[in-house]
Amino acid sequence: MAFREYKIGCMMFGFALSFSMFVTIFLPGIDISSMSSTKVALEKQLTYGWETGFNYYDPFLQGKDKPIKVVLSKDPRTGAAIDKTNAYVFPAGTHFPNGLTHDNILGEKVQEVSRDKGRVGEASEEAGGVFLVRVDADDTPYIEFATATRGWTADAVLKASDQQLLAGSGKTMFVREGCWWCHTLLPEQTQDWQTFGRPPLVGDFNGESPTTFGSDRKAPDLLHVGSRNSSREWMTMHFFNPRLVQPHSIMPRYDYLWGTKDAEGNTIDLHAWDKEYMAYAAGAEGSIYPPEVPTPASDSEARMLIDFVLNLK
Amino acid sequence: MLKYLFSKEENIPQGTAALFFGISSIAWFIIGTGIGSFNAAKLAFPDWYHGLYALQFGHMRQVHVHAVIFGWIGMAFAASMMYITPALGNTRLWSEKLGVWNCMLYNVGLVLALSLLWAGVTSGREYSDHIWPIDLYIAFIMVVPWSLNVWMTIINRRTQGIYTTNWFFAACMFMTVITFLVGNLPEFFHLTGLNEAYMTWWFAHNILGLLITPVAAAITYYIVPKITGNPLYSHRVGHLHFWSIVVFYSTPAAHHLMSSPLPEWLKSFASVEGVLILVPAVAYVCNILLTMQGKWSLFVSNIEIKFTITGVLLAIPLNMQGGFQQTRAINWYIHGTGWIVAHAHLALLGFSTFAEAASVYYGMQVLLRRKLYSASLANFHFWMLLIGFSLYWVSMTISGLIQGAAKIYEVPYVDVVIAEHPYMIVRWLGGTMVFFGNIIWMYNMVMTARAGAVIPVGRQPVEIAYTR
Repeated sequence: MAFREYKIGCMMFGFALSFSMFVTIFLPGIDISSMSSTKVALEKQLTYGWETGFNYYDPFLQGKDKPIKVVLSKDPRTGAAIDKTNAYVFPAGTHFPNGLTHDNILGEKVQEVSRDKGRVGEASEEAGGVFLVRVDADDTPYIEFATATRGWTADAVLKASDQQLLAGSGKTMFVREGCWWCHTLLPEQTQDWQTFGRPPLVGDFNGESPTTFGSDRKAPDLLHVGSRNSSREWMTMHFFNPRLVQPHSIMPRYDYLWGTKDAEGNTIDLHAWDKEYMAYAAGAEGSIYPPEVPTPASDSEARMLIDFVLNLK
Repeated sequence: MLKYLFSKEENIPQGTAALFFGISSIAWFIIGTGIGSFNAAKLAFPDWYHGLYALQFGHMRQVHVHAVIFGWIGMAFAASMMYITPALGNTRLWSEKLGVWNCMLYNVGLVLALSLLWAGVTSGREYSDHIWPIDLYIAFIMVVPWSLNVWMTIINRRTQGIYTTNWFFAACMFMTVITFLVGNLPEFFHLTGLNEAYMTWWFAHNILGLLITPVAAAITYYIVPKITGNPLYSHRVGHLHFWSIVVFYSTPAAHHLMSSPLPEWLKSFASVEGVLILVPAVAYVCNILLTMQGKWSLFVSNIEIKFTITGVLLAIPLNMQGGFQQTRAINWYIHGTGWIVAHAHLALLGFSTFAEAASVYYGMQVLLRRKLYSASLANFHFWMLLIGFSLYWVSMTISGLIQGAAKIYEVPYVDVVIAEHPYMIVRWLGGTMVFFGNIIWMYNMVMTARAGAVIPVGRQPVEIAYTR
């Protein structure tokens, strides 16, 4: 018996699916890829490094292989006072974000200025170095490789810095701990301007991965949270136990990100803390204040996450 | 199971792969809904289980999602395909041995994938959370052998034409493989920025639209005519359903990102295509409900039809929501709120789960040649699922509308959290009912295998459901 082979049907199916993928992948792909990076995108790339999800260099999402964002108020080479400047330190061996290693990420003009004026072509991952985000006279943002243009070495910049933010490692924590299941980083264009601030622009994401566009918002948007609340003390208490500062919060406690020792080297006993806190929450006699929240150690995951959140301006 | 892994093909009884997939799917359904219920408790009472750091919400949420999608829905689909495809082709499954290995490696892969997500090893992309080595494992070890079995069974069929259900099975497996490999390109090749964001939702949209809903529909195309004895109302309307799924359902991915800064033409295009999803939806629902003509008493008396038709009826609000909630006029209000969570559960726990549950109920009875151990327990399961789901859906829809209102009136966020609290409790209650219902189901199925009355040769389970 000769069976029907459904040749026409298979061809139509192939054609329909190919056409659908042409319209929904190829066309948007070329359109999106033609978007030029904004200053925000350059800052994000230099803050978060290569990848903040699973990758070769940080397979267990511990916040490895990340640049350090520093705030400078004096020139690290000469010691002369300068305007407050953000610099992005890539210790030797740290992987660069896509915008520094691939064409077509920054946008034609931005890449051209970064190459000619910013001398980013001289940077290498093996040697590491220091980057700045600058804007030229035509308002084009660009990346400057300060190690070449100003002689700022990574060590000198770290030494001269007023503040060091492990915001890149913090974004890894943000992804790993699932913060983005409730907190979006995407104020909506339609109605979030007043409450959560300016929605991002098309060019704000170039080179970022993952962008963590979650579907679900069970909590405030955080894209500009550092501008609304810049208190490190508040953030520390809030991460340790959100109910300390916001009694109605349903956020999980992130006290386990403190690790075993606090900043003074004292052992953290979460169980004892919880017992004391529950007595306080139940209104036990003599329990007027909640127990003290330990200060996170400088290499703790809690510190990274707090740095990330405070850096969301 | 182990003894069949190394048996010769001819020594493996027909339906073995489908049975293993079926029982695994129920086990994963219990695990998935159990985790879901636990997560819901966390949202209602964040400090209740404090100290169980291993079960942090941020780690467990995606474990719930992937346990139900890949474990329950995926394996129930595999079970259904592995007995329906040969039945419709009047032949055997192409390779039972491949099916048994596929089931074993599917379970192993799923344990591995969920353990990694649990540990926080994630790509950070919703619905494609798995890291790329796991993506490759899923594509080539879990999905391709399964697809191969379906395609080869259809090619080796002993019937002239191909029935509607089998078009869907073959095409959806193909589209799933493509969606999986293309949708994860950002991970394979480290694509970044809006391309990564868009591809994440392209994947999420297509895995739902080209696998989960059409395969569930295809299952009902088999179950309803098979049990009622009525022929499918219209083969041509089936064609309309199939082709409009391929053309319209594969294109509106960008409507998941309506208020993000994607190109405006893309959002408008996606939104129009999104409304056109109503074409396959209406064609499908009409076709199935009209197939029921003259046999509506089975909706009350027969457990498989009860499940199937409930699923089909739930597809009506599902598609009405789906078609319109993504338009700019509505999306701005409900985007990112509990409404969306409710809608996602309407698709997966409502429409899709009810169709697959019917298929697993029916398939296990036919393959074991044993009548259901207890019709009362099956009815109990049905009502636990339906009431539990309804509580969940209604409470999350209300909480979504609260969030939407709070969004436009700029209410401080914590007031939204306070207002949502009662609904979070109801959601937990509903989810827990589904979880307990599934435990009863597992018991019923295990007892069916052990102690169900043997179905005489030539009889259908539906015919003897009420004979003692």
